Amino acid sequence: MSDFVSGFWNMYVIVIVLVSILACALLLYMQGKATFTPGKTMGHVWDETLEEYNNPMPKWWSWLFVLTVIFALVYLVLYPGLGDFKGVLGWSQQGAHKIEVAKMDATVKPLFDKYLAMDVKAVAGDKQANEMGKRLYLTYCMQCHGADARGAKGFPNLTDSDWQYGGEPEQIKESLVNGRMGMMPPHAQLGADTVKDLANFVRSLSGLPNDSVRAAKGKEAFASAGCLGCHGADGKGMHAVGAPNLTDKVWLYGSSEATITETINKGRQNKMPAWQEFLGDAKIHLLTAYVYSLSQGAK
Amino acid sequence: MSVAKTTYNDKVVRQFAVMTVIWGIVGMLVGVIIAAQLVWPELNMGFLHFGRLRPLHTNAVIFAFGGCALFATSYWCVQRTSHARLWGGPLVPFTFWGWQIVILLAAITLPLGITQSKEYAELEWPIDILITLVWVSYAIVFFGTIAKRTVSHIYVANWFFGAFIIAVALLHLVNSAAVPVSLTKSYSVYSGVQDAMIQWWYGHNAVGFFLTAGFLGMMYYFVPKQAGRPVYSYRLSVVHFWALIFTYMWAGPHHLHYTALPDWTQSVGMVFSLILLAPSWGGMINGIMTLSGAWHKLRDDPILKFLITSLSFYGMSTFEGPMMAIKTVNALSHYTDWTVGHVHSGALGWVAMVSIGSLYYLLPKLFGKTEMYSTKLVTTHFWIATIGTVLYIASMWIAGVMQGLMWRAVNTDGTLAYSFVESVKGSYPFWAIRWLGGVLFLSGMLIMAYNMFKTMAGGKIQDIPVFVPAGHHA
Repeated sequence: MSDFVSGFWNMYVIVIVLVSILACALLLYMQGKATFTPGKTMGHVWDETLEEYNNPMPKWWSWLFVLTVIFALVYLVLYPGLGDFKGVLGWSQQGAHKIEVAKMDATVKPLFDKYLAMDVKAVAGDKQANEMGKRLYLTYCMQCHGADARGAKGFPNLTDSDWQYGGEPEQIKESLVNGRMGMMPPHAQLGADTVKDLANFVRSLSGLPNDSVRAAKGKEAFASAGCLGCHGADGKGMHAVGAPNLTDKVWLYGSSEATITETINKGRQNKMPAWQEFLGDAKIHLLTAYVYSLSQGAK
Repeated sequence: MSVAKTTYNDKVVRQFAVMTVIWGIVGMLVGVIIAAQLVWPELNMGFLHFGRLRPLHTNAVIFAFGGCALFATSYWCVQRTSHARLWGGPLVPFTFWGWQIVILLAAITLPLGITQSKEYAELEWPIDILITLVWVSYAIVFFGTIAKRTVSHIYVANWFFGAFIIAVALLHLVNSAAVPVSLTKSYSVYSGVQDAMIQWWYGHNAVGFFLTAGFLGMMYYFVPKQAGRPVYSYRLSVVHFWALIFTYMWAGPHHLHYTALPDWTQSVGMVFSLILLAPSWGGMINGIMTLSGAWHKLRDDPILKFLITSLSFYGMSTFEGPMMAIKTVNALSHYTDWTVGHVHSGALGWVAMVSIGSLYYLLPKLFGKTEMYSTKLVTTHFWIATIGTVLYIASMWIAGVMQGLMWRAVNTDGTLAYSFVESVKGSYPFWAIRWLGGVLFLSGMLIMAYNMFKTMAGGKIQDIPVFVPAGHHA
């Protein structure tokens, strides 16, 4: 496809580029023909003392100038530059990129294919696969989940045994392939008092200090406001919808009464991007195994 | 019978000269702070973080420090070499006060995050309009004085100053075109890759005209003056002048290698960047060779030391620039600290050093003295500035090449050998050395300020009559 909206602009670029390059050479040539009187001045004086010698331009410098002009012309014959003319080498940056990627893919394909054919748990136990997975992790995942994979506020810790969407190989792979959309709806409409009760109840579930009277009222609200629909009657959460377990010590956003109140009032939205298209089967398989392996030491 | 002689307008030169030193200290101090923020991230406090202060640094050193230096030296030079008083009446003080207001507005709006998000053209549209007014006034004053000259030939320094003034007006008007939506917010009239291309056409010519052509004008006046020797070759100045101002206009695309910019545009930008090598070196040769036959003066004249060293750095960075514009080299150097080092070998080594040398020439003359308060301190300043510059660019070369190599290194399985953060970690020691280089350069400026105020103290300012060339009937 042409880069130009009409043939005119194509010609315009070709002409103006060539004329400009040749104009540089012409300027040098014309000025080089002047009469020089080395060591003598031009005869003009400014500000009492400012004068100019009528020395010729240094030869080596003129040749340097000519060489760059020749280089420019040769380059524009070989590479794209003169409008739509692609250059005799047929080089393009997209083409160069494709060649490099294809070359690398051909080299590493057997290695990736070997692991793709293996079960995730087996790959997780393979030392070389683990190293490859770790490098992939440090390239693509570290920005959110951290270099040590221990997460940050809003980004889950991958090294513990707590899983919002499940920690089995198929579930981890699903998180990577299609991503996850976390959505806790806002509940400010329940009123500040009820929200405070709920926050105290939620804290009581994991044994955190709480107002027991409010917690008791909160327990009723937990059922009547529909919280259990996602978090379950026992508050242990539900992998299918990504609802966190409220009874453990793991808190994605924080466990203080203020933070929990904010979570209930405003809800939370979170997103794990989908990686299938970008990374492809083989890399996702290795990453799944690596992430799976991270939590195997945890109890 | 005595007739009151016309005098030069040196008041505005004095104002700009003093503010050059002040803004130099401010701009370089901000540079030292952001260099420290990279070494000690906890120094990023509140809204005074790297992202807000970095444009403040670049604007302050380029437009406040560099701009004031250019105003001061061009106003001095154009009067002396036209043998005429500055023309333009009230426009002359307007260029000074208008420019200072631009700088103050930049110092307020940039830390507040009010920005057009165009590198080196961050200032929002109301400030852009003020810049335009000041710049047009500057052009009227400068060319008005040229028109009034009492000698027939226009001195070479004025070609460069003139080209710088015209080109900067053109660049500013085209690149800053925007649609305002409020007093502090506007949107560029360009979009996508066209916007990027316009921006880097501007960006590279800001380097080519603001930071090169203007300072070459400075060089062409102060080097022959201080050396007491004629300019080496008139013909060389003709060729390198026209070739330089013509070719720079084409070089912008090398900032956008391997992007959405079409291949043909990248290639054209690259070849013209290479052609730019000889025209750039023409200026260096003409400056340094002016000293031939008087090399001994370098030994004990610190002003010449500044001027000639600046030309050496100019030659070095204008060799480095075309090399970095070659796509193969650029693939390694782009986005790394190598670029930052390259810019500073030009900014500290060339722009700042030639300005400092020229100011040391000007200051005593402006304040009725024969020489600076302390020549020894000028020499000290020279060595501190040189060591600072060398530390800066050497550390950035190492850090830049290291980053480029780390980013492209891959394992046998095709995965990246280093995560990005590992290259950040590896850069730490070099960022610390860069910070030290900056501290040294800033210290030199503080010494200069002390020396300047001591020189100003007790000086009797006298209006200097316009020199009438022999044989000329005024």
